[in-house]
Amino acid sequence: MSLLQVAGLTCRFGGLVAVNRFDFAVESGEIVGLIGPNGAGKTTVFSLLTGFLRPDGGHIVFDGTPLAGMAPHEICLRGMVRTFQNLKPFPRLTIRENVMVGAMARTAERKLSTRYADEALELMGLADMANRMPNELPIGHLKMLEMAKALATLPRLLLLDEPYAGLTPSEGAQLGDLLQQIRKKGVTICLIEHVMRFVMAVCDRVVVLHHGEKIAEGNPTAVASDPMVIKAYLGRAYAGS
Amino acid sequence: MRKLALPSLAGVILLVYPLMVRNRFFLHLSVMVLLYALLGVSWNLLGGYTGQISFGHAAFFGTGAYTSTLLLLRFGISPWLGMLVGAVLALLLSLPLGWLTFRLRGPYFALSTLAFAEIVRVIVYNWDTLTGGGDGLNISTDLGGVVRFYYIILALTVAALLVAGACVRSRWGYFLNAIREDEDAAEALGVPATRMKVIVLAISAFFVAIGGSFFASYQLYINPDLVYESQISIQMIVVTIVGGIGTLEGPVVGALIIVPLSEYFRSLSPVANPLIYGLFIVVFMLFLPQGIVSGVQRLLTRRTAAVADQHVSASV
Repeated sequence: MSLLQVAGLTCRFGGLVAVNRFDFAVESGEIVGLIGPNGAGKTTVFSLLTGFLRPDGGHIVFDGTPLAGMAPHEICLRGMVRTFQNLKPFPRLTIRENVMVGAMARTAERKLSTRYADEALELMGLADMANRMPNELPIGHLKMLEMAKALATLPRLLLLDEPYAGLTPSEGAQLGDLLQQIRKKGVTICLIEHVMRFVMAVCDRVVVLHHGEKIAEGNPTAVASDPMVIKAYLGRAYAGS
Repeated sequence: MRKLALPSLAGVILLVYPLMVRNRFFLHLSVMVLLYALLGVSWNLLGGYTGQISFGHAAFFGTGAYTSTLLLLRFGISPWLGMLVGAVLALLLSLPLGWLTFRLRGPYFALSTLAFAEIVRVIVYNWDTLTGGGDGLNISTDLGGVVRFYYIILALTVAALLVAGACVRSRWGYFLNAIREDEDAAEALGVPATRMKVIVLAISAFFVAIGGSFFASYQLYINPDLVYESQISIQMIVVTIVGGIGTLEGPVVGALIIVPLSEYFRSLSPVANPLIYGLFIVVFMLFLPQGIVSGVQRLLTRRTAAVADQHVSASV
């Protein structure tokens, strides 16, 4: 059975249908890309999956359990955790304390939670600056911090909202390796990203969302040459060529 | 060992203080300082650590005061037992308030605390068959002298400090800080934000009601304007902010400064008192917006940083 199974997911904001009967599945061990033009509804899907928004229709089953009506923290403790597109560090906590929050939510045992936090800091290359404050760190490191915070909750499925955006080219190159390392630890990854080069390089499979509907799905190379996808991104004129 | 030196010294001073000082006014002032330290510590757990600003904690203060007083007057129940009943009642009263308003983000909690305190005050004012209305309630039983009350409020304040300290040093400390800094991010990382806010409000209400109950037994007279007044809510906030919001010692330091000052200003001129007092707070906020405790901490770290820099440049 799939780790995450979504069927007929629908979300409306007033008259606008942000997500429309979206079917989607993530298999254990995959790295899946969720792509689409601005306003396609990608972040809305993440918010629906993690309980920040209530769907107007459809089912979400994670690891065999339907998630209907669950609060974000309950979903996190079941093993699905998200990061945010706009960075959300806790500004008055040190880097280690930032990461400890999620680890503490996972377990009340301080020895264990300290270990989870240290492992996450180590993996994301933040161990040296664990006692610094977030405002002392450049954007690239803050993005790593967001991932470290999420990893310290010991997720089984990690939802990353634009992890590549804002990174320097060298940081971006490292990110691909990092994601592979995270996957090796048994964490499945689903990410939203605009930079196609990155998506093609790291994702096993991509799903394309346009106006809240799935228009294509498959391996990255095939999807990138799909006329429907090119039309959605660039307009009709480019689709024929 | 050095870490324990200062608290134990303070402890000894606080314990022998009433034996050395015989002046009744100073003893009364000390009782009020300790009472406001208790209130500030309780308010701070919710307002400082969790970032949920309440303008209506007088509702819990008054509930504590009225519960123990009514139990004493109607049923002859000891006010020290009534204090516990009042605290539990305030805790129960806080639950629907938290449950209703903490689901909403933004200023809704702060706004509803204002209305909440006013509703409770109006009910107590008008339910005169039970509460005596605006005439208030008189306690004619002798409950002991000022020295006895000093030791009681000292014990209560220390208890509140210990509970607040235990809360913020446990995993809850991480949760409360995270909720204050960014509630969505906290929720996303598995922190049960709404439940934590309701629990902390309940603890806070519990200890504030204990303070109210103590106040009633100490003053031997209460009426709605005295114990449900917004001034009570405001003073808890002022004490906390001046001392250092979100620090454990802050409200104690704040009470030590604010309570004698407001007494002093009141004796200067009863009419101009609020004006002078208000001006003082404005000036204070301008120069020490983080409060005394954080201000001193920053000064100390700056000095140690400067010393460290000197060492570095000397070695170079």
